[in-house]
Amino acid sequence: MASFRAPPRKGENFELSADLNSEYKDKRKDAIKRVIANMTVQKDVSGLFPDVLKNMQTDDLEQKKLVYLYLMNYAKTQPELVILAVNTFVKDTDDPNPLVRALAIRTMGCLRAEKIIDYLCDPLQKCLRDENPYVRKTAALCVAKLYDLKPELVVENGFIETLQEMIADSNPMVVANTVAALTDIHQAAVAAGSNADVFAITSTVLNKLLIALNECSEWGRVAILNALARFETEDDRESEHICERVVPQFQHANASVVLAAVKVIMIHMRNVHSESLTKQLVRKMAPPLVTLLSNPPEVQWVALRNINLLLQKRPDILSNEMRVFFCKYNDPLYVKVEKLDIMVRLAGESNVDALLSELKEYSSEVDVDFVRRSIKAIGQTAIKIDEAAERCVNVLLELIGTRVSYVVQEAVVVMKDIFRKYPSTYEGVIPTLCANLDELDEPEAKASLIWIIGEYANKIDNADELLGIFVDTFTEESYPVQLQTLTAVVKLFLRKPDTSQGLVQRILNTATKDCDSPDVRDRAYIYWRLLSTDPGAAKNVVLAHRPPISLPRTTVSPALLEELLGEVSSLASVYHKPAETFVGRGRVSAESIPRKAGDLVDDQLVTQRALQTVVIGQQAENLLNFDDPADVDDQQPSGIAATAVLASTPAAANLLAGTSSNPLDDLVSIFGNSGMGSTSTPAPPQYQNAFAGLSFASPITPAPTAPVTPSILQAASPVQSQPQQAQDDLLGLF
Amino acid sequence: MHDTLKKPREIIMVSYAVRFPELAAKSKSVAGEVDMDPATVEHDRQRLLAVERLILETICFNFTSKMPFPYVIKVGRAFSATKKLTKLAWRLAIDRRSIADVFRIQVVSNSDVRSPIVTLGSTSFFHVRVNNLYIVAVTKCNANAALVFEYCYRFISIAKSYFGKVDEEAVKNNFVLIYELIDEINDFGYPQNSEIDTLKTYITTESIMSSAAAVEESSKITTQATGATSWRRADVKYKKNEAFVDVVETVNLSMSAKGTVLRADVDGHILMRAYLSGTPECKFGLNDKLVIDKNERGMGDAVELDDCRFHQCVRLDEFDSTRTISFIPPDGEFELMKQVSINVKRETANTCTNFNNKLSATNVVIRIPTPLNTTSVDCKVPSGKAKYVPAENVVVWKIPRIQGGAEMTFSGTAQLTSTTNRQVWARPPIDVDFQVLMFTSSGLIVRFLKVFEKSNYHSIKWVRYLTKASGSYQVRF
Repeated sequence: MASFRAPPRKGENFELSADLNSEYKDKRKDAIKRVIANMTVQKDVSGLFPDVLKNMQTDDLEQKKLVYLYLMNYAKTQPELVILAVNTFVKDTDDPNPLVRALAIRTMGCLRAEKIIDYLCDPLQKCLRDENPYVRKTAALCVAKLYDLKPELVVENGFIETLQEMIADSNPMVVANTVAALTDIHQAAVAAGSNADVFAITSTVLNKLLIALNECSEWGRVAILNALARFETEDDRESEHICERVVPQFQHANASVVLAAVKVIMIHMRNVHSESLTKQLVRKMAPPLVTLLSNPPEVQWVALRNINLLLQKRPDILSNEMRVFFCKYNDPLYVKVEKLDIMVRLAGESNVDALLSELKEYSSEVDVDFVRRSIKAIGQTAIKIDEAAERCVNVLLELIGTRVSYVVQEAVVVMKDIFRKYPSTYEGVIPTLCANLDELDEPEAKASLIWIIGEYANKIDNADELLGIFVDTFTEESYPVQLQTLTAVVKLFLRKPDTSQGLVQRILNTATKDCDSPDVRDRAYIYWRLLSTDPGAAKNVVLAHRPPISLPRTTVSPALLEELLGEVSSLASVYHKPAETFVGRGRVSAESIPRKAGDLVDDQLVTQRALQTVVIGQQAENLLNFDDPADVDDQQPSGIAATAVLASTPAAANLLAGTSSNPLDDLVSIFGNSGMGSTSTPAPPQYQNAFAGLSFASPITPAPTAPVTPSILQAASPVQSQPQQAQDDLLGLF
Repeated sequence: MHDTLKKPREIIMVSYAVRFPELAAKSKSVAGEVDMDPATVEHDRQRLLAVERLILETICFNFTSKMPFPYVIKVGRAFSATKKLTKLAWRLAIDRRSIADVFRIQVVSNSDVRSPIVTLGSTSFFHVRVNNLYIVAVTKCNANAALVFEYCYRFISIAKSYFGKVDEEAVKNNFVLIYELIDEINDFGYPQNSEIDTLKTYITTESIMSSAAAVEESSKITTQATGATSWRRADVKYKKNEAFVDVVETVNLSMSAKGTVLRADVDGHILMRAYLSGTPECKFGLNDKLVIDKNERGMGDAVELDDCRFHQCVRLDEFDSTRTISFIPPDGEFELMKQVSINVKRETANTCTNFNNKLSATNVVIRIPTPLNTTSVDCKVPSGKAKYVPAENVVVWKIPRIQGGAEMTFSGTAQLTSTTNRQVWARPPIDVDFQVLMFTSSGLIVRFLKVFEKSNYHSIKWVRYLTKASGSYQVRF
């Protein structure tokens, strides 16, 4: 590493060193090129630093650039040597050639060596007021670079004020770069916790930005539009004015300009109260969004992810354009998957036939993942549009007829959701499903089929036979399948007590004795107790009425959606996650994500639902009578099973009175107090798991994944319909 | 970056030689390579990569961690590890991976990656692939994803115009130029001037001297690069003032097996080559419904454009208010506008043969997919040539010219081999490529192009129409 003090005596670097000191110009330049080539493939050429530096003073612009390039790479590791170059830099900033001046100031900003920085301020001061716009625009960005290294220097030298004045520059490019630099500094300042408003956008600034917007380069437009998005308008008129001025940018060829314009409109539309203008803006937004799809796939993907968000806020935006989102055969998978999602969002009665035939087509493609998603999409369509459900079921039956293993399995999973949404409507399908029993090898598909058999046990003549198969192989199955088998057999027993007595005995025995999963054992114990104490109550619990499922309109909480719409086309909007979760110091804990004001409203909703949950729990009587404390220690009821045990604890009363702000806080404290006997820990880890399982479970497939009994499902469902908020809260809790 | 895929294999081979000395002794090759089952080697390779990934994850991909060494020693002491272990840890810690290596391991050699953005820890990689090259952008911020990808593609097009093609060789031969270009079009992560025409004035393959004469030249360049018309030099002069307008329409169509059109739309591009002196002001008119209210074209009506997007030289505010396309064109070739029209009438579906008798389609290439286990195909075609291409599993039928209204039938018999493992055949759609000159499937025509210049010279304008399909005219079967 530190070999620069003693130049190597042999090898390539030795030769290069000789060439760099050659008396011939061409030889020297060629040597520099070779040095850069070695640097590029990560060979260590730092030893040649003094030799390269000798070649810095030259009239040849290309050679100068190359030497600068070398300096940028090694300045950080060898700051004491870079000092030698400072004089040349400072001299270059006085060069009559504007390209040289700009190059010098640009490179100085990139050196990132503490020692150089002190020499940077004077030339920078000069360049910011240079007569040439090219130098000025380079210098503007240099201020941002300097702020990144040493903010106090920027403040001391009054560079921020200079930048603020430069917004009024006559050259649009300078304005754009100044805006970019100020935004950068503003963000850094905010991140550092500074309160000073570095980049305050006043109405005068606003006007200047709007003028520059139509004149500067495409990249400059993005910077200016981003600044416009930050502007806080005072009244409707101002918002309307901005929207009107920004709308022409929809026609720009650059997708990032279009998306930046969409962002500005989405933000300022919040303040537009005129109904007709809003309508007009939304109408104008649709064609550019569609055109974004004729871009290269990566840009398409970014656009699609954002369109997905936009549709969650304004479902009507593209209502007539579903055909545009049909997948092309050679689209990359990531594009296809996004298109599927958007197609389902746009599905309505009028276009559902086209959608279904398209989805059927996709289901015969080769990529397994895509096929599965297509089938899922059919299920989602069935749940979304009541009138189309029957057609969806027919398509699914056709697909099952192909007997391709993964198609059949996915179709079975999807059918279960359809049964959940439309109970006792498509019972005719059940024999077909059961005929494919042997082909199922995936846990989710198996669990789904078992759930269906259990649910319609009284209508399937050989239900005991079918379930018997699974009971025989019980210990070999995965846990979700075991849980479902257990529940299904109990359902069967409650419906046909005479024929399945033996089966239920056998499964309860196996589950409590030979099973390693505590969840399965616990559930078996609960059923056992229920059945032995009060079969009537068991019926109430196990065969309880379940609330219908529906497709969630949004995939993120409303507060987050608003936030993401304010960041359209950013990485956050692509991931549908707040930026804090993937930038900054690695992983951020959930607590450090500030709670949004909008969540308060959601909280009240959650409180109401949680209250309902508690009431349901109390109605379910005190069924689980744990009289043996030792027993309790062995088998703590998992998760929300404890809701059923709810006695009127003080916390519950508190909750019912609605005095508490966070309902789930109270729920946990209720769990903590109730029925736990000897355990003193307020919230044992199982709760966490159970909750996590609930809130993360895909909203339309709760049956196989939900941890405990159907009654618990019922209790859990209200929370599930708001999964994201619940998740936020839960994460905050644990 | 991609030649390093071989490396794990070499490591594995060495490890086999150590683990199975008896096999190595039998080996015939000089290096003592052990003859192993390819499946085993592949399996071990995956494992090796997984281990590498694990190690990288363990050191948290924190490329900025300056000094891991004190911690290595501290941790070593805390766990009272042996000297040997500590030494090993030290060596691991000193091996700081460059970002490029991480990208290679995590994205290039990882077949699970199916998204163009990958975030590892807090570092996000945006990548675009072109000819086996990866153009990668790296960030730790909540960057503007659309801008990053647009920039990557812009970089590719600039590179194309400088080197002719973008591949490994071009990069190796021009790396100095690439450094210069990147330095110019990007500053501190903010894209700067990316107009090819302007860039070519001051970033050239031969060196520019900054002599006294060049100073004046540079001032001009810089003014242009930052000016309101950064795309045009002021001092352009031509003897003959000409402007060529090409209306190129790409037909996107997918038809189901039954012949119903699932999707038909047209991506139009209006390309212009302007060889005009001075700073001309151009006005451009189309038979666009937005502009024209009443029918102008004999039978058909004005064309409805669903959306159009313009080159940055077009004054967008003016288009928004008065619907006129006015601009100062860059010198040379550029794409004036892109337009999409979705409501193309059914006739597009049969463009191939449905146009006027006087026109003809040229360079028709029809690609008919065959099952994967096809050995040979016997084809009968009325004109052109049909050939089975085993490497791509398609029959390529090339017809140099089809008259409008003609109909042609293809019949062929494919010989299939019986295979033991039945691979699923995706039944990709039949793909048709063609070109039709002097025809636009959307019916778009150029109504006028007016050029105004101070010197008031006479200019000649040429208009050409072309409808084509390449890779997006698909018929399912």
